[in-house]
Amino acid sequence: MTFNLTYKPFGARAILVEWPSKIDELILKDIIRFKSTIQENNIKSIVELKSAYNSLLIIYDTVCRNFENEVNLLKTIYNSHSLQYDSLSTLWKIPVCYDVDFGIDLEAMSVEKKLSKDEIVKRHSEAIYTVYFIGFLPGFLYLGGLDETLHVPRKSTPRLKIEKGAVAIGGNQTGVYPIESPGGWNIIGNTPVSFFNPKNNPPCFANAGDRISFIPISMKSYNDIKILVEAGVYQVESEVFHG
Amino acid sequence: MVKVLKPGFYSTIQDMGRFGFQDYGVPYAGVMDTYAASVANMVLGNDENAAVLEMTMTGPTLQFDCETSICLSGADMSPMLNNVLIENNRAIHVAKNAVLSFGKLNSGFRGYLSVSGGFKTNKVMGSRSMFKAITRSFILSKGDELLIDDHVEAILKKNASIKMNYKYLYSNIIEVYKGPEFERLSKNQQDMLWSQEFIISKDNNRMAYQLEQLLDNDLEPIITSLVLPGTVQLTPSGKLIVLMRDCQTTGGYPRVLQLKESAMNIMAQKFMGNKICFKLI
Repeated sequence: MTFNLTYKPFGARAILVEWPSKIDELILKDIIRFKSTIQENNIKSIVELKSAYNSLLIIYDTVCRNFENEVNLLKTIYNSHSLQYDSLSTLWKIPVCYDVDFGIDLEAMSVEKKLSKDEIVKRHSEAIYTVYFIGFLPGFLYLGGLDETLHVPRKSTPRLKIEKGAVAIGGNQTGVYPIESPGGWNIIGNTPVSFFNPKNNPPCFANAGDRISFIPISMKSYNDIKILVEAGVYQVESEVFHG
Repeated sequence: MVKVLKPGFYSTIQDMGRFGFQDYGVPYAGVMDTYAASVANMVLGNDENAAVLEMTMTGPTLQFDCETSICLSGADMSPMLNNVLIENNRAIHVAKNAVLSFGKLNSGFRGYLSVSGGFKTNKVMGSRSMFKAITRSFILSKGDELLIDDHVEAILKKNASIKMNYKYLYSNIIEVYKGPEFERLSKNQQDMLWSQEFIISKDNNRMAYQLEQLLDNDLEPIITSLVLPGTVQLTPSGKLIVLMRDCQTTGGYPRVLQLKESAMNIMAQKFMGNKICFKLI
């Protein structure tokens, strides 16, 4: 499948490619495929590629003297790639402790949603989420696939400090705070897994197009895993995902 | 080693930035005014990407525990070596135990200090630019010791100086390109951008500069998309936010303008109450 793409200059040395304005797995697959085809072409003047829900930004090392030429080259690359999408991806299994000591907003959410805390945890951990891109904070994954019954508005007053590893829901999105930060999402648990480590290359194990699932764990296993993570010997469990 | 006796208002080690990790949500960081930082490095014959000290509004007080050469550039912060005024944009020999301090801010907002060979603080993900959760500290503190080269051959860049173009420190013209959502603005909104003077608000830092004047805004928010340093976002309340070097990699507000790279340097020297005008390239 190919989409009708628009190409716009973004400042003097970047080109923004846009897909239809919606959140859609096919668009994600198309962006990833386009991005990797550009990378395979090894164009020296391209220094950085980054993507979000429906856009890809191509950054050049110097000022683009001829925007038309660059766009034509990109269009040729877009049309050259194979039409088959990769149907395999990596599914990362993220242990999460949903204990109320961590899930400080579970109680209020349970009242508001008229769902028991166990039911919220069940619905949150049964889903398989898709990583659309990483942004907002280093290592913050934008995930699609949150159960509609768990959508809950952001808090009207953001908290000044949210713990690293906090698993949270904001509107129709769920995510993990990779580093301590202010934030307005509702916190339902915490993972001992590190989503961002500047000492690793790449600094985050997940990539756009990967899948994430959350595995409920007890406080005891949380503490056990935390020790392994801090010792630098914990490997996030993963498997091949079809679809 | 350079010892921090007083950290100043907001001082950080910066090089040209951290590239290649935008897709992991890692900001570029890097010097806010690339022109001034390059001049400071060039005078000493340093590599263009050598790390410098970026100082904001009020400079630090530093003591050198070895002999070296330094150069100051950007804002004029009345630099003094052992209490004697020194000049910006020229190589200055520093003796062991000399103390560098700063006085009144005469022009600009951000000053740069280069040392022979550049600051040798820890490199993380290819860059020495300080950033929270990436480098060990993200701002200079009292008592910090900053590693620099301690060898004699680096020292003798005697009397080198560069004729700096100071005009940009006083310019209020910010040259811009149209942003990806510019065409969604009404003719009236577009005219407002070109005809009005904008005042820098108190919310200005390495991440972003917010502007005082509101622009009537009826644009829909966009699906979270990509931004760059120099992107001007328009919030639902009509606020214009000019993203700077430490900005996030993504954003969900319409991107109405994009600053030319040289305009980022002019912007970096502005502070609360300063006026700017946008000019379409």
